Amino acid sequence: MDAFFPNGWMHYLAGGLLLGAGMSLLFAATGLIGGMSTVFTSIWSFFSQAPYFRDARFLSSRTWRLVYAAGLVGGALVWLLAFGEPFVTGIPAWRLLVGGFIAGFGARLSNGCTAGHGICGIASLQPASILSVVIFLATAMITARVVTALA
Amino acid sequence: MNARMLAFVAIAGALFGFGLAYSTMVKPEVVIDFLMWRDLGLLLVLGGAVAVTFLTYQLLPRIAKKPWLADAFGKHPSEMSARTLAGAAIFGVGWGLSGVCPGPAIAGLGTGNWPLLLALAGLAAGAFIQGRFFAPKAP
Repeated sequence: MDAFFPNGWMHYLAGGLLLGAGMSLLFAATGLIGGMSTVFTSIWSFFSQAPYFRDARFLSSRTWRLVYAAGLVGGALVWLLAFGEPFVTGIPAWRLLVGGFIAGFGARLSNGCTAGHGICGIASLQPASILSVVIFLATAMITARVVTALA
Repeated sequence: MNARMLAFVAIAGALFGFGLAYSTMVKPEVVIDFLMWRDLGLLLVLGGAVAVTFLTYQLLPRIAKKPWLADAFGKHPSEMSARTLAGAAIFGVGWGLSGVCPGPAIAGLGTGNWPLLLALAGLAAGAFIQGRFFAPKAP
Protein backbone atom coordinates (compact mmCIF):
# COMPACT_ATOMS: atom_id res chain seq x y z
CA MET A 1 0.00 0.00 0.00
CA ASP A 2 2.75 2.45 0.96
CA ALA A 3 4.52 1.74 -2.32
CA PHE A 4 1.50 2.96 -4.28
CA PHE A 5 0.43 5.72 -1.87
CA PRO A 6 3.50 7.09 -0.08
CA ASN A 7 1.53 10.16 1.03
CA GLY A 8 -1.50 8.23 2.32
CA TRP A 9 -4.72 7.55 0.45
CA MET A 10 -7.71 8.80 2.46
CA HIS A 11 -7.43 12.44 1.39
CA TYR A 12 -7.36 11.35 -2.25
CA LEU A 13 -10.52 9.28 -1.93
CA ALA A 14 -12.32 11.86 0.23
CA GLY A 15 -11.40 14.65 -2.19
CA GLY A 16 -12.65 12.56 -5.11
CA LEU A 17 -15.97 11.95 -3.36
CA LEU A 18 -16.28 15.71 -2.80
CA LEU A 19 -15.66 16.35 -6.52
CA GLY A 20 -18.42 13.86 -7.27
CA ALA A 21 -20.71 15.60 -4.78
CA GLY A 22 -20.12 18.93 -6.54
CA MET A 23 -20.81 17.43 -9.98
CA SER A 24 -23.93 15.72 -8.58
CA LEU A 25 -25.29 18.84 -6.91
CA LEU A 26 -24.83 20.79 -10.16
CA PHE A 27 -26.67 18.10 -12.10
CA ALA A 28 -29.48 17.65 -9.56
CA ALA A 29 -30.17 21.37 -9.16
CA THR A 30 -29.63 22.64 -12.70
CA GLY A 31 -29.19 19.63 -15.02
CA LEU A 32 -25.83 21.08 -16.11
CA ILE A 33 -22.77 18.97 -16.90
CA GLY A 34 -19.80 20.38 -15.02
CA GLY A 35 -16.84 20.06 -17.36
CA MET A 36 -14.13 22.61 -16.76
CA SER A 37 -12.34 23.35 -20.04
CA THR A 38 -15.24 25.06 -21.86
CA VAL A 39 -14.93 28.18 -19.71
CA PHE A 40 -11.62 28.90 -21.47
CA THR A 41 -13.49 29.07 -24.79
CA SER A 42 -16.69 30.73 -23.59
CA ILE A 43 -14.73 33.56 -21.95
CA TRP A 44 -13.51 34.62 -25.41
CA SER A 45 -17.12 35.32 -26.41
CA PHE A 46 -16.80 38.49 -24.31
CA PHE A 47 -13.85 39.75 -26.37
CA SER A 48 -13.84 38.17 -29.82
CA GLN A 49 -16.24 38.43 -32.74
CA ALA A 50 -14.84 35.27 -34.36
CA PRO A 51 -17.80 33.11 -35.42
CA TYR A 52 -16.91 30.08 -33.29
CA PHE A 53 -16.95 32.11 -30.07
CA ARG A 54 -20.42 33.48 -30.96
CA ASP A 55 -21.87 29.96 -30.94
CA ALA A 56 -25.04 29.72 -28.82
CA ARG A 57 -23.57 27.04 -26.59
CA PHE A 58 -20.84 29.46 -25.45
CA LEU A 59 -23.02 32.58 -25.26
CA SER A 60 -25.68 30.76 -23.25
CA SER A 61 -23.25 29.11 -20.84
CA ARG A 62 -20.60 31.79 -20.33
CA THR A 63 -22.21 33.29 -17.23
CA TRP A 64 -22.69 30.11 -15.24
CA ARG A 65 -19.27 28.82 -16.30
CA LEU A 66 -17.64 31.94 -14.86
CA VAL A 67 -19.66 31.60 -11.64
CA TYR A 68 -18.66 27.93 -11.50
CA ALA A 69 -14.98 28.89 -11.90
CA ALA A 70 -15.33 31.52 -9.17
CA GLY A 71 -16.86 28.82 -6.97
CA LEU A 72 -13.78 26.67 -7.55
CA VAL A 73 -11.48 29.43 -6.35
CA GLY A 74 -13.77 30.12 -3.38
CA GLY A 75 -13.95 26.46 -2.34
CA ALA A 76 -10.19 26.10 -2.50
CA LEU A 77 -9.85 29.32 -0.47
CA VAL A 78 -12.18 27.88 2.20
CA TRP A 79 -9.90 24.82 2.36
CA LEU A 80 -6.85 27.09 2.70
CA LEU A 81 -8.37 29.13 5.53
CA ALA A 82 -9.73 26.10 7.39
CA PHE A 83 -7.06 23.43 6.98
CA GLY A 84 -4.34 24.32 4.55
CA GLU A 85 -1.12 26.10 4.08
CA PRO A 86 -0.39 28.19 0.99
CA PHE A 87 1.50 26.24 -1.61
CA VAL A 88 3.53 27.67 -4.48
CA THR A 89 4.51 25.25 -7.19
CA GLY A 90 8.13 24.74 -8.15
CA ILE A 91 7.34 23.62 -11.70
CA PRO A 92 9.34 25.90 -14.04
CA ALA A 93 7.39 28.81 -15.50
CA TRP A 94 7.93 27.75 -19.11
CA ARG A 95 6.42 24.32 -18.41
CA LEU A 96 3.31 25.91 -16.86
CA LEU A 97 2.89 28.34 -19.74
CA VAL A 98 3.70 26.03 -22.67
CA GLY A 99 2.05 23.00 -21.04
CA GLY A 100 -1.03 25.10 -20.31
CA PHE A 101 -1.16 26.27 -23.92
CA ILE A 102 -0.90 22.74 -25.31
CA ALA A 103 -3.43 21.42 -22.78
CA GLY A 104 -5.86 24.26 -23.53
CA PHE A 105 -5.64 23.71 -27.27
CA GLY A 106 -6.00 19.94 -26.96
CA ALA A 107 -8.83 19.98 -24.43
CA ARG A 108 -10.88 22.35 -26.57
CA LEU A 109 -10.17 20.39 -29.76
CA SER A 110 -11.27 17.27 -27.91
CA ASN A 111 -14.17 19.06 -26.17
CA GLY A 112 -13.14 17.70 -22.79
CA CYS A 113 -10.43 17.49 -20.14
CA THR A 114 -9.83 15.49 -16.97
CA ALA A 115 -13.16 16.77 -15.65
CA GLY A 116 -15.25 16.74 -18.84
CA HIS A 117 -14.04 13.43 -20.26
CA GLY A 118 -12.56 11.98 -17.07
CA ILE A 119 -15.47 12.49 -14.69
CA CYS A 120 -18.57 13.57 -16.66
CA GLY A 121 -17.83 11.51 -19.77
CA ILE A 122 -16.99 8.28 -17.98
CA ALA A 123 -19.95 8.75 -15.62
CA SER A 124 -22.15 9.10 -18.75
CA LEU A 125 -20.56 5.95 -20.23
CA GLN A 126 -19.56 7.86 -23.37
CA PRO A 127 -17.24 5.64 -25.45
CA ALA A 128 -15.41 8.64 -26.97
CA SER A 129 -14.69 10.04 -23.49
CA ILE A 130 -13.50 6.71 -22.10
CA LEU A 131 -11.13 6.28 -25.05
CA SER A 132 -10.00 9.92 -24.70
CA VAL A 133 -9.10 9.33 -21.04
CA VAL A 134 -7.00 6.27 -21.97
CA ILE A 135 -5.25 8.30 -24.69
CA PHE A 136 -4.49 11.39 -22.58
CA LEU A 137 -3.30 9.32 -19.63
CA ALA A 138 -0.88 7.56 -21.99
CA THR A 139 0.47 10.71 -23.66
CA ALA A 140 0.72 12.50 -20.29
CA MET A 141 2.69 9.63 -18.73
CA ILE A 142 5.05 9.49 -21.70
CA THR A 143 5.51 13.27 -21.69
CA ALA A 144 6.19 13.46 -17.94
CA ARG A 145 8.84 10.74 -18.24
CA VAL A 146 10.51 12.28 -21.27
CA VAL A 147 10.61 15.76 -19.71
CA THR A 148 11.96 14.39 -16.43
CA ALA A 149 14.62 12.35 -18.26
CA LEU A 150 15.76 15.40 -20.25
CA ALA A 151 15.73 17.80 -17.29
CA MET B 1 -30.37 31.33 -15.79
CA ASN B 2 -31.74 32.92 -12.62
CA ALA B 3 -29.95 33.89 -9.41
CA ARG B 4 -31.12 30.80 -7.56
CA MET B 5 -29.61 28.51 -10.18
CA LEU B 6 -26.38 30.51 -10.16
CA ALA B 7 -26.22 30.16 -6.37
CA PHE B 8 -26.31 26.37 -6.76
CA VAL B 9 -23.69 26.59 -9.53
CA ALA B 10 -21.43 28.53 -7.14
CA ILE B 11 -21.95 26.03 -4.29
CA ALA B 12 -21.30 23.09 -6.62
CA GLY B 13 -18.15 24.81 -7.86
CA ALA B 14 -17.04 25.43 -4.28
CA LEU B 15 -17.45 21.74 -3.43
CA PHE B 16 -15.41 20.93 -6.53
CA GLY B 17 -12.70 23.45 -5.64
CA PHE B 18 -12.57 22.29 -2.02
CA GLY B 19 -12.23 18.69 -3.20
CA LEU B 20 -9.41 19.57 -5.59
CA ALA B 21 -7.55 21.37 -2.79
CA TYR B 22 -8.23 18.69 -0.15
CA SER B 23 -7.01 15.94 -2.49
CA THR B 24 -3.86 18.02 -3.29
CA MET B 25 -4.67 17.91 -7.02
CA VAL B 26 -3.98 21.66 -7.03
CA LYS B 27 -0.29 20.80 -6.64
CA PRO B 28 1.17 20.06 -10.10
CA GLU B 29 3.96 18.12 -8.36
CA VAL B 30 1.42 15.56 -7.08
CA VAL B 31 0.00 15.13 -10.59
CA ILE B 32 3.49 14.65 -12.06
CA ASP B 33 4.22 12.06 -9.33
CA PHE B 34 1.10 10.19 -10.44
CA LEU B 35 2.11 10.32 -14.09
CA MET B 36 5.55 8.93 -13.10
CA TRP B 37 3.82 6.13 -11.09
CA ARG B 38 5.38 7.33 -7.84
CA ASP B 39 2.02 8.01 -6.14
CA LEU B 40 -1.20 6.60 -7.58
CA GLY B 41 -3.46 8.90 -5.53
CA LEU B 42 -4.94 10.57 -8.61
CA LEU B 43 -6.61 7.27 -9.47
CA LEU B 44 -8.48 7.39 -6.15
CA VAL B 45 -9.56 10.98 -6.78
CA LEU B 46 -10.80 10.12 -10.25
CA GLY B 47 -12.37 6.85 -9.10
CA GLY B 48 -14.19 8.46 -6.17
CA ALA B 49 -15.45 11.33 -8.33
CA VAL B 50 -16.59 9.00 -11.13
CA ALA B 51 -18.36 6.64 -8.69
CA VAL B 52 -20.49 9.38 -7.15
CA THR B 53 -21.15 11.15 -10.45
CA PHE B 54 -21.96 7.88 -12.19
CA LEU B 55 -24.66 7.07 -9.64
CA THR B 56 -26.16 10.55 -9.95
CA TYR B 57 -26.08 10.69 -13.75
CA GLN B 58 -27.51 7.19 -14.13
CA LEU B 59 -30.08 7.05 -11.31
CA LEU B 60 -31.40 10.59 -10.89
CA PRO B 61 -33.02 10.88 -14.35
CA ARG B 62 -34.88 7.63 -13.59
CA ILE B 63 -36.39 8.83 -10.34
CA ALA B 64 -36.89 12.51 -11.20
CA LYS B 65 -38.42 13.93 -14.39
CA LYS B 66 -36.27 17.04 -14.27
CA PRO B 67 -33.71 18.89 -12.12
CA TRP B 68 -34.98 20.96 -9.18
CA LEU B 69 -34.56 24.32 -10.89
CA ALA B 70 -34.45 23.58 -14.62
CA ASP B 71 -36.42 21.83 -17.34
CA ALA B 72 -34.14 19.02 -18.43
CA PHE B 73 -31.07 17.02 -17.52
CA GLY B 74 -28.10 17.72 -19.78
CA LYS B 75 -25.84 15.23 -21.50
CA HIS B 76 -22.08 15.27 -21.97
CA PRO B 77 -21.47 15.68 -25.69
CA SER B 78 -18.66 13.37 -26.79
CA GLU B 79 -18.28 12.58 -30.42
CA MET B 80 -16.22 9.59 -31.54
CA SER B 81 -14.05 11.37 -34.06
CA ALA B 82 -10.44 11.93 -35.05
CA ARG B 83 -10.78 15.48 -33.66
CA THR B 84 -11.83 14.26 -30.20
CA LEU B 85 -9.10 11.63 -29.97
CA ALA B 86 -6.31 13.80 -31.44
CA GLY B 87 -7.32 16.58 -29.05
CA ALA B 88 -7.11 14.14 -26.14
CA ALA B 89 -3.59 13.09 -27.20
CA ILE B 90 -2.50 16.75 -27.43
CA PHE B 91 -4.16 17.58 -24.10
CA GLY B 92 -2.17 14.78 -22.44
CA VAL B 93 1.13 16.20 -23.71
CA GLY B 94 0.33 19.59 -22.15
CA TRP B 95 -0.91 17.98 -18.94
CA GLY B 96 2.24 15.87 -18.65
CA LEU B 97 4.47 18.86 -19.32
CA SER B 98 2.84 21.18 -16.79
CA GLY B 99 1.08 18.88 -14.30
CA VAL B 100 -1.86 21.25 -14.66
CA CYS B 101 -5.33 20.71 -16.10
CA PRO B 102 -8.21 23.21 -16.22
CA GLY B 103 -9.92 22.48 -12.87
CA PRO B 104 -6.82 22.55 -10.65
CA ALA B 105 -5.43 25.55 -12.58
CA ILE B 106 -8.49 27.56 -11.52
CA ALA B 107 -8.92 26.12 -8.02
CA GLY B 108 -5.21 26.40 -7.24
CA LEU B 109 -5.47 30.19 -7.26
CA GLY B 110 -7.59 29.88 -4.12
CA THR B 111 -4.71 28.15 -2.35
CA GLY B 112 -2.33 30.99 -3.14
CA ASN B 113 -0.51 29.11 -5.89
CA TRP B 114 0.06 32.21 -7.98
CA PRO B 115 2.37 30.74 -10.69
CA LEU B 116 -0.75 28.92 -11.90
CA LEU B 117 -1.67 32.26 -13.49
CA LEU B 118 0.88 31.29 -16.15
CA ALA B 119 -0.92 28.00 -16.72
CA LEU B 120 -4.26 29.83 -16.88
CA ALA B 121 -2.84 32.24 -19.47
CA GLY B 122 -1.58 29.27 -21.47
CA LEU B 123 -4.92 27.45 -21.25
CA ALA B 124 -6.84 30.55 -22.38
CA ALA B 125 -4.39 31.19 -25.25
CA GLY B 126 -4.63 27.54 -26.37
CA ALA B 127 -8.42 27.69 -26.29
CA PHE B 128 -8.32 30.92 -28.33
CA ILE B 129 -6.08 29.45 -31.04
CA GLN B 130 -8.31 26.38 -31.21
CA GLY B 131 -11.51 28.39 -31.53
CA ARG B 132 -10.07 30.99 -33.90
CA PHE B 133 -8.15 28.75 -36.31
CA PHE B 134 -9.15 25.13 -35.71
CA ALA B 135 -12.89 25.35 -35.10
CA PRO B 136 -15.01 22.55 -36.54
CA LYS B 137 -16.71 23.51 -39.79
CA ALA B 138 -20.38 24.34 -39.33
CA PRO B 139 -22.59 21.43 -40.40
